[in-house]
Amino acid sequence: MSVPVGVARPEVAAPPDGGPVPAIEVRDLHKRYGELEAVAGISFSVAPRETFGFLGPNGAGKSTTISMLCTLVRPSSGSARVAGFDAVAAPAEVRRRIGLVFQDTTLDDYLTAKENLRFHAELYGVPGSIVEDRIRQVLTMVELWDRRDHIVRTFSGGMKRRLEIARGLLHSPRVLFLDEPTIGLDPQTRSHIWAYIRELKRREEITIFMTTHYMDEAEFCDRIAIIDHGRVVAMGTPEELKASVGRDRVQIRTDDAEAAILALRERFEIEATVSEEMVTFHVPGGEQFVPQLFAGLGVPIRSVSVARPTLDDVFMTYTGRTIRDAEASTGDQMRSLPFVRAHRGR
Amino acid sequence: MTASVAPVAGVHIAAGTWREDLRGVRVVWKRELLRFFRSRIRIVTSLAQPVLFLFILGTGLSPLVQGGEGSNFDFRTFMFPGVIAMTVLFTAIFSAVSIVWDREFGFLREMLVAPVRRGALVLGKCLGGATVATLQGVIMLALAGLVHVPYAPLLLLTLVAEMALTAFALTAFGVLLASRMQQVESFQVVMQFFVLPMFFLSGAVFPLSRLPGWLQVLTRLDPLTYAVDPMRRAVFAYVSPPASIQLVLDPGITWGGWRLPVLLEVAIVAVLGVLMLVTAVTQFSRAD
Repeated sequence: MSVPVGVARPEVAAPPDGGPVPAIEVRDLHKRYGELEAVAGISFSVAPRETFGFLGPNGAGKSTTISMLCTLVRPSSGSARVAGFDAVAAPAEVRRRIGLVFQDTTLDDYLTAKENLRFHAELYGVPGSIVEDRIRQVLTMVELWDRRDHIVRTFSGGMKRRLEIARGLLHSPRVLFLDEPTIGLDPQTRSHIWAYIRELKRREEITIFMTTHYMDEAEFCDRIAIIDHGRVVAMGTPEELKASVGRDRVQIRTDDAEAAILALRERFEIEATVSEEMVTFHVPGGEQFVPQLFAGLGVPIRSVSVARPTLDDVFMTYTGRTIRDAEASTGDQMRSLPFVRAHRGR
Repeated sequence: MTASVAPVAGVHIAAGTWREDLRGVRVVWKRELLRFFRSRIRIVTSLAQPVLFLFILGTGLSPLVQGGEGSNFDFRTFMFPGVIAMTVLFTAIFSAVSIVWDREFGFLREMLVAPVRRGALVLGKCLGGATVATLQGVIMLALAGLVHVPYAPLLLLTLVAEMALTAFALTAFGVLLASRMQQVESFQVVMQFFVLPMFFLSGAVFPLSRLPGWLQVLTRLDPLTYAVDPMRRAVFAYVSPPASIQLVLDPGITWGGWRLPVLLEVAIVAVLGVLMLVTAVTQFSRAD
């Protein structure tokens, strides 16, 4: 399939100054649910063809933001423009230009894969003459063409997610929203889904906006915004963010972790933590620090490893806690918010 | 809230056209039919109940209500329009309330984020439910001969038209209920507090004559009463029973002694249906 079948896409609205239209432009967006401020004033802009990741623990405000961008939830204040249209003032224009893959499945279990896609095509006005070609194209991409006439109820979780991705692309959206596209999937299926997403970026001119709380997945994004308690705490390319941490992670194994921590504090003024017998701390220029460490620690070191900062370290630097701790404290409280109830029937 | 939409207008070809809405209506309607024909078990099981009512309850009650004077009018002929209304009632409500399942399993969201007005989706759902309920009623109609109701084309046509109108009004009512239902479990509540009372008070299984005052009032408050009576009148016009029987079994609906004409009864059902539809559309169009 060399020439992709394209759906004639609705044009994006041109900005008054004639500059390039950001795929997404958010200014000081807020969403309050009574006392709780789920989204507390966020601003960012996503360029066309960019893959932009929203990274944060469960309950940080990721899904609320995505719901506002998709016109499903009304912002309390601030503005959101998608493909050049205001999400509040012109929701229909926005909807025509976006594709959505939700956290929870939104397929009709009693219909076949193809029937689900046909339903979607008709709902979005994909011209009848190209529907069948387009369905074949997207189903082939997610390797479900063989299963096209099977009832969706018989699909595994990973297959359903793939079908949803295919459906989200069917009407050639300008912006594809992926809300936790790999949540609840096994590692193998997760890496498969990512292979499809990369393939998709190669084939289609599309902007991808995704949320995730998997640090390793955020690495695939061109840019990331780290969100915590409804605020963007850091934004940039994964490399920029990691560089901004400015320190490498050093882990050492010794016979006496307590003594090592004490020695680090007294001789190097470094605060370290211990877990599973590994003493971990952060220093700028980790590799250069290792010789000093051996010379000056005074506690025998059995092994040492130096690592560049990960997005986990980035999160830690900007929020003071790990994403895992953040999830433990926030729990799933956000999931019982009104907008979720309204659509999921809680 | 947010300002400045001005510069973007006019770039795209007309927004929110009726053509788009029509597409929404059609696709939702089609899905109802697709699901109906797919679940043959549902078709069969929803026939079981009316068949039980007609042939077991109807046959069992027959000796009690024989008109005497050697007439052998079949009580089941009386029950037939009621049982058809019952089929339509249950199928329509079930079809409408499936929205709650769609919400539970997420599919509702796929529809709600589409570039189609909510009103179009609701209308599609109502038409789909109405079509399915009418089809189910038509299947029951096939049994007419077994209870001495003639297969007269005009009678069948009248009944189908009345069923379709009833089915539409009931689906709209069901969709309205579903808009307020947050969980699948509420379906039981709908059955116990809406559907069954509506069925029993409608005159589907017993005649509306010689009722105690309180019950008479309740039956007149039941909207389904105004759907059952036109069907019964249509049937009785073709079976021409003895006058004494006609008086007891087909008394029509009276408001303080005045017997309502069929046209008014039909109009009541139609107006209620439209009201339900409008309210349901408003419910679903509310922004979050």
